[in-house]
Amino acid sequence: MPKPAEPLARLYQATVLEHSRQPHNFRRMERPDRQATGNNPLCGDQVTLFLREADGVVADISFDACGCAISLASSSMLTDLVRGLPPAEVQRLAREVAAAFNSPDGDLPGDLAALAGVRNYPARVRCATLPWRTLGAALEGSPSPVSTE
Amino acid sequence: MNAYSQPAGVTARDLLDVERIRRDFPILHQEINGYPLAYLDNAASYQRPRSVLDAIRHYYEHDHANVHRGVHALSHRATEAQEAGREAARRFLNAAERAEIIFTRGATEAINLVAYTLRETLQPGDEILISHMEHHSNIVPWQLACQRTGARLRVVPITRSGELRLDEFHRLLNRRTRLVAMAHVSNALGTVNPVAEITAAAHALGIPVLLDGAQAVAHQKVDVQGLGCDFYAFSGHKMCGPTGIGVLYGRREWLERLPPFQGGGDMILSVSFDHTEYNELPYKFEAGTPDVAGAVGLGAAIAYLEQVGMDRIAQHEAALLEQATRAIAALPGVQLIGEAQEKAGVLSFNIEGIHPHDLGTVLDHQGVAIRAGHHCAMPVMDFFGVGGTARASFAFYNTRREVDQLVAAVEVARRMLA
Repeated sequence: MPKPAEPLARLYQATVLEHSRQPHNFRRMERPDRQATGNNPLCGDQVTLFLREADGVVADISFDACGCAISLASSSMLTDLVRGLPPAEVQRLAREVAAAFNSPDGDLPGDLAALAGVRNYPARVRCATLPWRTLGAALEGSPSPVSTE
Repeated sequence: MNAYSQPAGVTARDLLDVERIRRDFPILHQEINGYPLAYLDNAASYQRPRSVLDAIRHYYEHDHANVHRGVHALSHRATEAQEAGREAARRFLNAAERAEIIFTRGATEAINLVAYTLRETLQPGDEILISHMEHHSNIVPWQLACQRTGARLRVVPITRSGELRLDEFHRLLNRRTRLVAMAHVSNALGTVNPVAEITAAAHALGIPVLLDGAQAVAHQKVDVQGLGCDFYAFSGHKMCGPTGIGVLYGRREWLERLPPFQGGGDMILSVSFDHTEYNELPYKFEAGTPDVAGAVGLGAAIAYLEQVGMDRIAQHEAALLEQATRAIAALPGVQLIGEAQEKAGVLSFNIEGIHPHDLGTVLDHQGVAIRAGHHCAMPVMDFFGVGGTARASFAFYNTRREVDQLVAAVEVARRMLA
């Protein structure tokens, strides 16, 4: 019998588990400039992003979530990647990352590279893309929650 | 004696020859990721024995035509085949007559049929009484009916162990209640509700009762006359039958009182542009060409379950549930969701620090198929303050070895992720 650890280790890499166990910027924000909530109705995952802008860049970003290791890690990595970028660049990044998760070999920047293994799990890709779709909605000021469905 | 205990000296091996039964299910004999498949997602859908597949194939190869329409031999045979399926369902539920068995696409459509047709009699101030442990399919149809009529949806709360609050049920039941709609067995918790008591209390006030039997019929003998319920809904695919077919049982008195559901062929006696006369029961509620092959498959599934024996099935599953509950509960950081005294077939749980979806993925890697998520019962998840649970659900073809495989796989997940 194969050891389950072998293929699974590519999905649940140490970097992913570090982010999911102790997510970065995991807090609600008082009076954010932008905020959006995303749902994955199939599994019940939910993520809310909070953004504050200053001097033409995202000065602060945080999130609150109820979700699996993949969605928590992706959200945590997102906050690290987005802080300090101008909103237009964030919007572009959100589109590119969501597309990269859904393509066989698209580039995943920063720690997100550790999540590349999720592409082998069609049912789990939406866990990784949920915060990025939510980010897009936050920047568009979309008033209703986004859904992965 | 609690829900998980078994009569002394009785083991699963004494009750059922599981290995022989498993030979009837082709799909069970495969490997997933190099492990033998342990299919423990039966509450979502059962697998089918070869006899069901053969019956459907035989029907299409030899007997298919449209029903009730042709004078030719095949049309006659197709009609007979469909009615044989109906008779099997009547026997399965112990309904008084075949005309009380309406074929639907499943339990969901059966409940919607009642919600849609009953709606015409609802008025503002009327009440529909459901419970907090219902599947979405026994919540949303009533919400729609209430939205359109001004009737009010009332919800019987549950206890922390996942049992119906009977005191609250009796308090909420009143002269404005127009229908009680309850799960016979909860899909998310496994709770077996005291449906005979519920029905008796409702009938004392002249209120009809609908039971959602989707999670009940494969686990125990159901007797609608013994229960006294007015409607009973179940799905074929959750009891070894095909997808796309289900049954609404309705007492004749109620089926005659309700207006037709959908309009079309088969549900009419005569049609003119001024007036249409509806067909007799059960055809009044079966517009359009029916799923004859589904009815054939359903009949074969019922015959199979009857041959195995519902009592032996219930005993075998109780033993598996006890084994699984004991072993999973013994693991560190486990929270069981649903610890009712009376349970059937379902073990819902969470492990501290592991999201059910991650658990589901790690288990799948070891050949163990479970459901992870909210099980279409989001109010139940809200009540327990969880986003979802991992749910292992058992059928009579599951083995003690598969339970061991589940427990070992959960241990791997715990070491990897918790």
